[in-house]
Amino acid sequence: MQLIINGERLESDAPQDTPLLWVLRDELGLTGTKFGCGVAACGACTVHIGGEAVRSCQVALGDVWGEVTTIEGLGTPEAPAPLQAAWIAHQVAQCGYCQSGQIMQAAALLAENPAPSDAEIDDWMAGNLCRCGTYSRIRAAIHDAAQTMREA
Amino acid sequence: MASIRKIARRSFLVGSVALAGGVAFGVWKLRQPVANPLSPPEGVALNPFLIINGEGVTLVTGRAEMGQGTQTTLAAMLAEELDLDWADVRVIHGPAAAAYYNTALMEAGLPLAEYSMRDWQHGVAGAVGQLGKLFGLQITGGSTAMRDGYARLRHAGASAREALKLVAAERLRTTPSALRTEGGAVITQDGTRIPYAELATLAAARPAPQVEPRDPSQWKLLGRALPRADMRAKATGTATFGVDIRLPGMKFASVRMSPRLGGRMESFDPAPALSMEGVERVIDLGEGVAVVARNSWAAMRGAEAVEISWGPAPYPETTEAIFAQIEVAFEGRRNSRLRNDGNTARFFDAPPAGARVIEAEYRLPFLAHSAMEPMNATALFTGDALELWSPNQAPLVQARAAAAALGLRAEQVTVHTPFLGGGFGRRLESDYSVLAARVAKEMPGVPVQVVWSREEDMTHDFYRPGVVARLRGAVSGGQALALEARIAAPSVLQQAGRRMLGLPMSGPDKGHVEGAFDQPYAIPNYRVEGYLADLAVPIGFWRSVGNSQNGFIHESFIDELAIAAGRDPLEFRLSLIRPESAVAARVLETVGEMSDWAAPRAPGTGKGVAFTWSFGTPVAEVIELRDEGGRIRIANAWIACDMGRALDPAIVRAQMESGLIYGLSAAVMGEITFADGEVQERNFPDYDALRMHTTPHIETRILEHQPRMGGAGEPSTPPAAAALANALFDLTGERARSLPLHHTFDFVL
Repeated sequence: MQLIINGERLESDAPQDTPLLWVLRDELGLTGTKFGCGVAACGACTVHIGGEAVRSCQVALGDVWGEVTTIEGLGTPEAPAPLQAAWIAHQVAQCGYCQSGQIMQAAALLAENPAPSDAEIDDWMAGNLCRCGTYSRIRAAIHDAAQTMREA
Repeated sequence: MASIRKIARRSFLVGSVALAGGVAFGVWKLRQPVANPLSPPEGVALNPFLIINGEGVTLVTGRAEMGQGTQTTLAAMLAEELDLDWADVRVIHGPAAAAYYNTALMEAGLPLAEYSMRDWQHGVAGAVGQLGKLFGLQITGGSTAMRDGYARLRHAGASAREALKLVAAERLRTTPSALRTEGGAVITQDGTRIPYAELATLAAARPAPQVEPRDPSQWKLLGRALPRADMRAKATGTATFGVDIRLPGMKFASVRMSPRLGGRMESFDPAPALSMEGVERVIDLGEGVAVVARNSWAAMRGAEAVEISWGPAPYPETTEAIFAQIEVAFEGRRNSRLRNDGNTARFFDAPPAGARVIEAEYRLPFLAHSAMEPMNATALFTGDALELWSPNQAPLVQARAAAAALGLRAEQVTVHTPFLGGGFGRRLESDYSVLAARVAKEMPGVPVQVVWSREEDMTHDFYRPGVVARLRGAVSGGQALALEARIAAPSVLQQAGRRMLGLPMSGPDKGHVEGAFDQPYAIPNYRVEGYLADLAVPIGFWRSVGNSQNGFIHESFIDELAIAAGRDPLEFRLSLIRPESAVAARVLETVGEMSDWAAPRAPGTGKGVAFTWSFGTPVAEVIELRDEGGRIRIANAWIACDMGRALDPAIVRAQMESGLIYGLSAAVMGEITFADGEVQERNFPDYDALRMHTTPHIETRILEHQPRMGGAGEPSTPPAAAALANALFDLTGERARSLPLHHTFDFVL
């Protein structure tokens, strides 16, 4: 099975029913996407397929319908995306385990809503659990990145 | 009122517990310096915390980074004295080694109320703390990293700096005082830079000069909000957590252990798993199975597919029966009476005329830690050695336990500690490392990563114990006359002491009653007693440990007394706290100001306050609730704390918010229940936590008046549930005496 992940064509011979999460992590070595619950209840595994935020633990390899973007494809430590730069500026992460999913979820929001309100952010991010409780800084970073992206 | 003589035991042993079995200490051994465990392939290690090579300086910490920011501030302590540019600082987790022993943890074990300790008692505590060396207490926990590292790391940094200057001075035929340091180099008077790397080998070969660390007035890094060392990696998906370890030829595995915790596996049939695509092997582990597969998902599915018949649980089968066994403890021998002011028994036998006596029973459920990263470890067994990659809070415990399981010596085990995707005390245990080691032993030469499913993680925790507390109190003329708290629960310390250190423990268990016996309230008749339940349900250290339960119990009951006395709950507390602790009183006054406590609230608004002194830090919290069409929103929270010195205020603020949210999450919806001997909550839909839309707006104020340094990671958790319950009483008139609250109240969730 061929996939386009972060703009790169990659091949996986994993069984078709394998969730994309595990193809990324265990078959292709893209470990930035995290396993939290396996039942779409925490959002740690969020990636984009065709620009849409999805829980990769719920998408079978055989059902992937478009190009996949993971946290590694959004930006790099040397060249972070505006959202990641805002995350760094606001010092959002604590343990950091949920943050790849938080960032990918937020990126999809900003792609369709360049100026979200607090309430819109809260609604959009409700499916992403953070046990450290970094929510206030996540919200602030999203606002900040939205402004940066509007001005760009 | 609560003089130290009254609340201290006459003689104390090691920490709060007597270590039975005659552990013999030699003073010589305590005075022996611990060996430097670092032997870098390139460059030199000037001390256990510092490697200098051609690429620059690497700072080494003995503490795990699990989100609390500890590695950033520990590195800042070294960088401050070494004059490193913060942007150049690299920090890594060191090996499992006695050199990283935790003194603050043992000091905190003394059965004393910290708020009332005198200088000499801190001196005794410091001596006890040295015992951490002997027990190999390299532990990240108990909110101790800053208190433990503050003197040691700044000394280590200052000493290394002066050693480097001495070498440079000799080379230049000048005196060290003619030299200064900046940006990782020694600078001469004419401005010539000599990088530390050029001096390090010679500096390491000489005795380190003993110099005092700098005065805080000279600090350039400490006391400021620094960019965290782990932030860029965590914002770009490049931080390596335990589950992210990838080794050449690595296999993936998952485990399924008895859902009746501690029970045996009677029989199993691996066939259904072995017929599944991707499954390679099923390993019999006695109390369960491991399934090895091409990826973690295949391994988890395989583990689910094995047909297994489980033996009985070694504890009562249902939540009701378990709590009945906890209640039985009240009839047995008392374990502790760490507070006993006045004469409580005589008081309640014949309360003075006009006194109003109230009684209440509080109940708290078992709780899971529920860290975001499920339990996991990666292991490679090569016949006479084991290499372990384990996201853990206690590396030497992992080494010892894995070695014992494999018949190796602890020195034959190498422990790597990657980032932890949350710890909260769960990763002080070593069960996940031991299971990975046992699987690795079955496949020598092949690295294997053992990742648990969320269901396995949630149903195989070491839980915060269930608690029953019975309280009596009396007020008269608006004054508190008496408070008696009797607390029953199984002992975390006794269970974990056996498990982690192999030491049987007896004596009064301070952790069992902390948060209740050690609070700065001047109540003339004031008694706190602990009763230990005999129960084999696995229990462990849950963020803030005994304070997590007793903070709720004590502060809810103080609220009940205030109401019974007809007093404002904040002002009532202040009147009781002022005589005991000016520091604590200031924290309460501050949260009152921040929340504009005295101001009238709009209809449909409720407010509650609570205070707990734990881990050396007094914290006061106010919660404000709003009725939204019959449903309750946790709208606002205010936190005031005083840890004496906030070494990184942004990290401290994050920890304060974090601890509050962790405490509120458990208070609203956290509950582990049992049926048929099995934990019923299996995944986040059954055991959820606050999310962005349900978390209150939080304001934090950090005071620095306390003369001693306190911890940051846990002390904001204990008051959270009580502040919430007290606000619910204010809003609804209904007193919440059992948790979780969502059974009784309808929250916006």
